[in-house]
Amino acid sequence: MLLNIQNLSVEFQTAGGMFRAVDGVDIQCERGEILSIVGESGSGKSVSMLAMMGLLPWTAKITADHMFFQDHDLLSMNKSAHRKIIGRDMAMIFQEPMSSLNPCFTVGFQIAEVLRLHFGMGRKERRKRSIELLDQVGIPAPETRLAAFPHQLSGGMSQRVMIAMALAGDPKLLIADEPTTALDVTIQAQILELLTGLQREKNMALILITHDMGVVAETAERVQVQYAGQKVEEQHVMELFNTPHHPYTAALLAALPERAEGRHLPSIPGVVPGQFDRPPACLFAPRCTRKKDDCDRAVVRQDANLGHALCNYPIRGGAT
Amino acid sequence: MSHPILQGTDLVRYYEVSKGLMKKPGLVKALDGASFTLSAGKTLAVVGESGCGKSTLARVVSMIEEPTSGKLLIDGQAAIVGSVENRKAVQIVFQDPYGSLNPRHKVGYILEEPLLLNTDMDGIARRKRAEETMERVGLRPEHYERYPHMFSGGQRQRIAIARALMLNPRVLVLDEPVSALDLSIQAQVLNILADLQTDLGLAYLFISHDLSVVKHIADDVMVMYLGKVVEAGAAKDVFGAPKHPYTEALLSATPIANPGHKKQRIMLRGELPSPLNPPEGCYFSPRCRFADDTCRATAPELETVGTVKVACFHRR
Repeated sequence: MLLNIQNLSVEFQTAGGMFRAVDGVDIQCERGEILSIVGESGSGKSVSMLAMMGLLPWTAKITADHMFFQDHDLLSMNKSAHRKIIGRDMAMIFQEPMSSLNPCFTVGFQIAEVLRLHFGMGRKERRKRSIELLDQVGIPAPETRLAAFPHQLSGGMSQRVMIAMALAGDPKLLIADEPTTALDVTIQAQILELLTGLQREKNMALILITHDMGVVAETAERVQVQYAGQKVEEQHVMELFNTPHHPYTAALLAALPERAEGRHLPSIPGVVPGQFDRPPACLFAPRCTRKKDDCDRAVVRQDANLGHALCNYPIRGGAT
Repeated sequence: MSHPILQGTDLVRYYEVSKGLMKKPGLVKALDGASFTLSAGKTLAVVGESGCGKSTLARVVSMIEEPTSGKLLIDGQAAIVGSVENRKAVQIVFQDPYGSLNPRHKVGYILEEPLLLNTDMDGIARRKRAEETMERVGLRPEHYERYPHMFSGGQRQRIAIARALMLNPRVLVLDEPVSALDLSIQAQVLNILADLQTDLGLAYLFISHDLSVVKHIADDVMVMYLGKVVEAGAAKDVFGAPKHPYTEALLSATPIANPGHKKQRIMLRGELPSPLNPPEGCYFSPRCRFADDTCRATAPELETVGTVKVACFHRR
């Protein structure tokens, strides 16, 4: 197992008390696999990944039963050892390529920084490898691009540079946090193609965080659906779209405009619960159509053939 | 057939941009000749990638900006920028509900401001109208006294829609109204828009880059590329059998939420050229797989092909 996280919780100290952004999430990922984490804003999908990368501020309280990357225990590991892994064995790319790059340094400098810190490469070697990396991510005329500053690049190009930086350490795990949300569809298609191509070629694990069901359907193998900080369902992509077991997944799929029949979309009433109106047991209960009285008392996790659905009354069989 | 409320003919909007001291300013042709008609109860969707001029079109149609040339007719009368009557007829909803509502005003005031400025209604009548409109978009009466920061994105967009409705407009310009919203909220807002259209007979100019939303909501579609219309027609014709290579590529690039669906994806090479320095001939030619010497030399005109209008030498 490349990545094995069990019962991860992340809490933030806020003026109104502790806020639980991630609530008992399990994430497992093997080499060569594409796992997609989907959810709406506030579902804790980014925060759980940031926690693993050690990129959260000190106000965050991270707890887990088990948090292993290969044979490194990420929980007990000290900061400097952690830094040796991130950017090298596991790398991450972010949603806003324009703001993730440092505007004060050239693209070449920023890529070479990774090579210098993790591999101690010399100047010439760094330049050679940087050109190689830019070429790999499909940037035309890489030699001339090394001297470019981020503002001289378009969104798609900046995202390619981010991917090149992430690949610099030859990572075993690449986390892509909404990598195409800020991009146009034709550029999105190019970037997704590039990511899945590289994933196959290098036999990496790719964790794709997204809110776009279309992107999930076209790229992922295994999908994990999150709602308000909890994992509510996990299935292979085919089964998830054909037979969703959790009512939230089913409602989300039904709300897609392309699946709609007629002028009205079946929408989910209400909004995701916030810090102060968190339901006692099942977090989806107030918006759920299958809710019964005991959903407010306790909620159980179903087993694998019901998609690990966190639901007392999961949808069985073909009904969507 | 109902008569058109809004008619645009060859709308053009250029911007001058400075290229630096002592240099001649460049000309960005943000909108380069768009024509359309919009009838009551119908939705015209404008699609295209960033920089294609769809938001400029929205600004011209809602009379925030004057077109450099071209004619905009409202009910057959030439629209005048700044005319109160014209403003009442066309209202706009912006993309980002976090940026488009004044954080220092209560919802009630935000909704009543258009009435205060443009009508002589008294306070009681204004409040009544605001409460009616709030109910229409699914806001509760107690929201009247609240500030925008107390609302979620979806509710804010409802406030923005309510504000646009206050003056009983005939046309709503919707500039990416659901792009900033989550999927489950997006469905709620789209449903409200559909209901409003049925109840009030509004005409929508719906601007979006999300083709699955457009497919759902649009009657007619206009596809734009670098300020020019490349294909226009009824939604079912344009989506059913795209004639322009760009429309085709755009459709094939849009991810479909069905993992069993395997399709031939047409990859577009390269990126959108700079509007400051557009390519010779057909603007799409550098990325087009059918481009030949004719395309690179002369720009195709928008011509009627079957039921749609297409600007391309290769698909007729």
